[in-house]
Amino acid sequence: MSVTHTPDREPKVTAELAAEHGLKPDEYASMLESVGRTPTLTELGIYSVMWSEHCSYKSSRVWLKKLPTTAPWVICGPGENAGVIDIGDGQAAIFKMESHNHPSFIEPYQGAATGVGGILRDVFTMGARPVANLNALRFGEPANPKTRHLVAGVVAGIGGYGNCVGVPTVGGETNFHKAYNGNCLVNAMTVGVAQTDKIFYSKAAGVGKPVVYVGSKTGRDGIHGATMSSAEFTEDSEAKRPTVQVGDPFTEKLLIEACLELMATDAIVAIQDMGAAGLTSSSVEMAGKGGLGIDLDLDAVPQREAGMTPYEIMLSESQERMLMILEPGREEEAKRIFDKWELDFAVIGKLTDNGRMVIRMHGHTWCDVELAPLFDKAPLYNRPTEPTPPQAEIAAAEAPLKASARDTLLALMGTPDLASRRWIWEQYDSQVGADTMIGPGGDAALVRVHGTPKALAMTTDCTPRYCYADPVRGGAQAVAEAYRNIITVGALPLAITDNMNFGNPEKPSIMGQFAGCIEGMAEACRVLDFPVVSGNVSLYNETNGEGILPTPAIGGVGLLKDSALAIGSGFKNAGDTVLLFGETKGHVGQSLYLREVHGREEGAPPPVDLAAERRAGDLVRGLIEARKLTACHDLADGGLAVGLAEMALRGKKGIALTGLEAADAGLLFGEDQGRYLVTVAAGDVAAVTDAAKAAGVPVTTLGTVGGDAITGLGGGALALADLREVHEGWLPGYMAGDA
Amino acid sequence: MKSAVIVFPGSNCERDIAVALEQVSGHKTFHAWHRDTDLPEVDVIAVPGGFSYGDYLRCGAMAANSPVMRVVKERAAQGVKVIGVCNGFQILTEAGLLPGALIRNQSLKYICKTVDLKVENTDSAFTRHYIPGQHIGIPVGHGEGNYVADEETLKRLEGEGRVAFRYTDAAGVVNEAGNPNGATNNIAGIFNETRTVLGMMPHPERAFDPQHGNTDGRALFTSLLESLS
Repeated sequence: MSVTHTPDREPKVTAELAAEHGLKPDEYASMLESVGRTPTLTELGIYSVMWSEHCSYKSSRVWLKKLPTTAPWVICGPGENAGVIDIGDGQAAIFKMESHNHPSFIEPYQGAATGVGGILRDVFTMGARPVANLNALRFGEPANPKTRHLVAGVVAGIGGYGNCVGVPTVGGETNFHKAYNGNCLVNAMTVGVAQTDKIFYSKAAGVGKPVVYVGSKTGRDGIHGATMSSAEFTEDSEAKRPTVQVGDPFTEKLLIEACLELMATDAIVAIQDMGAAGLTSSSVEMAGKGGLGIDLDLDAVPQREAGMTPYEIMLSESQERMLMILEPGREEEAKRIFDKWELDFAVIGKLTDNGRMVIRMHGHTWCDVELAPLFDKAPLYNRPTEPTPPQAEIAAAEAPLKASARDTLLALMGTPDLASRRWIWEQYDSQVGADTMIGPGGDAALVRVHGTPKALAMTTDCTPRYCYADPVRGGAQAVAEAYRNIITVGALPLAITDNMNFGNPEKPSIMGQFAGCIEGMAEACRVLDFPVVSGNVSLYNETNGEGILPTPAIGGVGLLKDSALAIGSGFKNAGDTVLLFGETKGHVGQSLYLREVHGREEGAPPPVDLAAERRAGDLVRGLIEARKLTACHDLADGGLAVGLAEMALRGKKGIALTGLEAADAGLLFGEDQGRYLVTVAAGDVAAVTDAAKAAGVPVTTLGTVGGDAITGLGGGALALADLREVHEGWLPGYMAGDA
Repeated sequence: MKSAVIVFPGSNCERDIAVALEQVSGHKTFHAWHRDTDLPEVDVIAVPGGFSYGDYLRCGAMAANSPVMRVVKERAAQGVKVIGVCNGFQILTEAGLLPGALIRNQSLKYICKTVDLKVENTDSAFTRHYIPGQHIGIPVGHGEGNYVADEETLKRLEGEGRVAFRYTDAAGVVNEAGNPNGATNNIAGIFNETRTVLGMMPHPERAFDPQHGNTDGRALFTSLLESLS
């Protein structure tokens, strides 16, 4: 079947049609001014996606500028497909985290799968071979009828895609909270490794150079995905199912190999994946960054379906597609590589010097507009902000233990936010590549840089309840926790990617959360020398007016120069002494203990002393480098007692605690920041203690590793077997429908 | 020991097994492409894990019919050692080099974890460095590892000592609790009649290097080296 479309059969563009495309009246007026006449439908479609929140960051740009983005080891900060840092020896780590929240809520398997596919492309489009995937997931409360279905679908989708492309999924985090009942969060992160002299950027250059399309054919899937991601959910969001893209990880795998093979030559001028807003955003961004125009011939675009209109082709979000600018005369060489991998390859246009975006098909011109306004005249909003009112500090005495310490710990370890995530991570191939040293279930994942003594440490972190109670503290805490997790394996924290998940930015309270989190993050990044090199903003995470908890998910990356130094987070040797670094004041506000035991989700979250974080981090890393520690674990959700229990379970060894029989809830379960549990061989205790004192880091001796129980807590011994059963039991039981 | 690894579109463990082969042998492993119609002279051919042809149609079905597999079958007939791991095992059964089939895990879920195994037969070029009955741990990562075969085939496999590895529980006991995927008789790996072809779901190349935290798979590669040098 062949359909010849003509422009005169397209609907006429009106203010109403513009509104249906998500353009506000003033935005449409601004568009009319830029175009200088009534736009065509294709032009309206292109403008609407380029000026959507998702593509233009119009509400967040003014705030994102406040984040520190530079350091001597940063090769490329935000603004490219992913961030690039120097890891020595002519190698770079390239990474980014990105959300696929709305699609995952509507169609969890495909939404999550294509989220993984999209972030992988962001990384390999820059010339990196992806070496690890991580994720940060938030679901509604377990009792919500949709939660089980979403968990099952999202996890299967992440695994289905990541496993097939052969990139190990090595870490992540999962929380449950009622604020996500109507809007789950699926944030996917990819880390890749490239040669510093073979990094590819998206800035086009060279008038007349060919624009080349490679990968899958274009279909009608995902049209207006970017617009959907820029609006709140309502009851009828189910009806948006057709806008969710469908992923094909097999094609992605071929695309990775083909692109990397072509990148080994010098045929590529610029390259960009077709992500949100597909061919539109990739072509506009490449030409726009180069200050050029672009001519596209849509008849040449490989199409999966007959009769597609230019509007549909330009807005399709079909997956596994890339756009590149080649050196003239290299097309045949490039095509041979894509033929080998059985992928489509088509020259679909050329760069021009007239600064216009011109789209032709079937002998007609469908779009002829100045390109720069699409790219750099997107609306910019400095939206009103309303600070989050501070919550009262809660004294530990207000929240006494209701049962023995032993029984309280046992119960906490089986609660939804502390229970083992094994059911999730065992569905991910965490080992393909055979370079995974520490996989899921540790503090940070550790993956060797193939063929070198180096390893990359990586983690995803955020404590949304802290951010909700105090965005500034919460933002700082998220960065500090990522920093700590990287420290625990012995690595030097280098940089972060952020995934800012918030509600409707048009509400001052939400923008206040956003601004507060940015402020806290920025301060932590500065003090910890941990700049932001890439990121993604996901706003309008609301359903029927109810926003999610502010969730600035942090993806941290660090470098361990000598992987032989790495240590884990499980108790290693019986007889080792367990020490606590950092100060414990017994801060129970916003703690999981307060929520789970007293039913109170309130109070000020723990303060973050960034200078103390830095001191403790430097101390721990130095001691690991000096081989003085045998295991290390940072303290976070659940505090000291939960941290000890986790080390015991991971190492399959117990601990005899001393001096904690009468400890109160604040000491055992308070969530004071900046703390690490470490184990030390008996002969090294004095030296390690002295080092801590010299560094100004408080140190406390807690007990000795050994046996198969935790002893010395009020209420008697807690057998690891019992603890394990409770800790491992909750999630499988819940997913089986028992809970 | 000279080796080749077969690469299909969608293979993703070819580098991992080549690293293990190269480290024990000191020889570079030849990477053959699925369209190749010939292979260099090698002592061992590895069919690696991954998702050949996206696992579309049926795991291993399309790879089994690729040009390079005709050469692999010829070499296997000549006695060249062939090892198929995970998707490679699936391909070898689809190609008829090994009997039976690997179907969807009983749980219907992909599973990646270190499993306990019992080495059932050490009288082969692949397993001679293990101790009979040895209890080892090797990672699996698969969605279709549930081994099935007809009664007659199972009887022959069991009777002829062609079960290479069996899943066990943490105590080393062959039982249902230790079976990660529902495989018949807890079968994790099998030999062909001449024990020159081995297919196994667990990944020995992921338990090779001390930095994997487990080197129980290493003996498989050193067995090959000793057998083939």
